[in-house]
Amino acid sequence: MCQVEEDYNGLECNQEKITVPTLNRKCMKCKEGTAVLIIRVNDAFCRSCFKEYFIHKFRAMLGKNRVIFPQEKVLLAVSGGTASCSMLSQVQEGLSREAPKKLRFVPGIIYIDDGGACGRSAEERQRSNALLKSIFTETGFTYFIVSLEQVFSLPTSVLVPGTSDPDPSNPSYKQAVDQYIKEKQTLTEENVASAVAQLNIEDSAYSPEHKLALERLFSSMKTLTAKEDMLQTLRSHLILHIARENGYSKVMMGDSCSRLAVKLLSNIALGRGAALASDTGFSDPRYGDVVIVRPMRDYSSKEIAFYSRMFNVPSVFISGLDTKTHDKASIQRLTESFVTNLQFDFPSTVSTIYRTSEKLHTVMPPQSQTAEPASKCLLCLCTLDTKVDCTAEYCLST
Amino acid sequence: ELSLLGLHLGGAELLFDGVKNHHVTLPGQSDPWDMKQLLAWIRGNMLKERPELFMQGDTVRPGILVLINDADWELMGELEYQLQDQDNIVFISTLHGG
Repeated sequence: MCQVEEDYNGLECNQEKITVPTLNRKCMKCKEGTAVLIIRVNDAFCRSCFKEYFIHKFRAMLGKNRVIFPQEKVLLAVSGGTASCSMLSQVQEGLSREAPKKLRFVPGIIYIDDGGACGRSAEERQRSNALLKSIFTETGFTYFIVSLEQVFSLPTSVLVPGTSDPDPSNPSYKQAVDQYIKEKQTLTEENVASAVAQLNIEDSAYSPEHKLALERLFSSMKTLTAKEDMLQTLRSHLILHIARENGYSKVMMGDSCSRLAVKLLSNIALGRGAALASDTGFSDPRYGDVVIVRPMRDYSSKEIAFYSRMFNVPSVFISGLDTKTHDKASIQRLTESFVTNLQFDFPSTVSTIYRTSEKLHTVMPPQSQTAEPASKCLLCLCTLDTKVDCTAEYCLST
Repeated sequence: ELSLLGLHLGGAELLFDGVKNHHVTLPGQSDPWDMKQLLAWIRGNMLKERPELFMQGDTVRPGILVLINDADWELMGELEYQLQDQDNIVFISTLHGG
C-alpha cells in the first residue's frame, strides 16, 4: 500500500483490520450502553450514541460548509436507495427541531425514473414510483417524480451554465441568518398554508418516441461503462432543469463517502481527472445558478445501512444498470469491487481516499488578455481539457 | 433443531428470488451451529443464483453487512458466533444502491 510519511489528518493509511475480542463491548462514547455496531476502524457505538452521532454529523456538515442560506429552496435528489433516503430523513429531522439551530431551508424532492435506460418494464416502474410517492407524501415536502425520457424534451439552454447570483447585493451568510431571524417574527399562517398547497408533480408519463429514443441511445453504447456515464449525465441534466424551472438554487445529492471514493478512482480511469474536485467535492458550482451539494459525503455505506435499518428509514430498492453484473462488467463496477475488497482488509482505505479528495481543488486557468471565457464541455460543463478543432466539443471521457 | 428468522435487504433479496423474509429451520446436530456453517447452508440450500455475489470463500462478500439480533456481527464474533434458537439474522447489501 502507500508508503508515504504524510500525515493524513491523523489517520494511518496502513492500518490493518484489528481482531479484538469484542463480545459485550461497551460503547466508546457513553461507556455504559452495550455496543451494537463498529464503524470506522474500530469504534463501537451503542444505539442511542450512534443515532446522535449520525444526526449530528449531518448538521455539522451543513454548518461547517455554510452554503445553504435561510429560506433557500433546496432540491433533494432521491434515488430510493438507503443513502438518499437517509439524507431525506435527516432533512426532516433537522427541519422539525424547535431549537434555534434548526435547519432553515425549503426542501423539495426529485426522483428520476430511469427504468427506460435500465430495461425495467412499465409495471415495475409504476410499482416503484407508487412506493416512492407514498414515502414522499409522508414528508409533506413538494416532490417531483420525473421519467428520464423527459430529458429529450429539455431546451438546449440546460447545456449552458447559468450565471451565478444575478443579485449583486447578496448578503454574507451571517447577515442572511440575522435578517431571517428578524423576518421570522412577521411570518403569518397564510404564508405557511400557501407553501404547503404547492403542487406536487408526478410527470411519469412519456411519449413513445422518447421511450424509443432512450432505448436506442443506450443500446447504441457498446460498454456498460459508457452507459453508466451517460445515465449520470442525463440524470444530472434533468435534475438541473427541474431545479432551474422551479426556483431551486441548490441540489442535495446522497453520495456517501464510500460511493465518492469509488467515483473518484473511476473518474480518474475515465479520463475525468481535471474535474475531480467538482465531481466529488462537497459543493459543485459548475452549473452557475444551481449548486450541487453532497452532505452525505462523510458517511460510510455501513453507517448509512445500519442507521437506515435500526431507525426504520423507508427506502425502495430499485435495480439499476449494473445490478447483478459481474466485477469486470464496467470500470465503475471494477473500481467498486477493488475498493470494497481492499477496505475489508484495510478499514481506512475509503477514509484515506476521501481525505485525499478533500485536498483537491480545481485549478483556475490563468487570466488571459482577451478575457474570453474558457470553453466548456457540452455534456458535463467542465472546462475542456483537450484541444479540439472539430465542431463537436466533448471532453475526454469514455 | 434451530429456528431462525432471516432478512435480505438492499438488493441482497435479488439472489433469493426477490424474497426478503425467510423463516428457516436448521436440522439438529450434535455441535451448535455457527455462522460459518449457516453461510455454507445458505449457499447450498437457499441461494438461487450467483453465489459469488453473496459469498466470498467462507464468508460474505465484502460490502454485505451482517446483523445478528440487530447488532453488528463484528461484535459477536463474526463466523464463530454460535447460533441460538429464534436468532434474527439480517444481510444488507451496500453495493450500488444509494
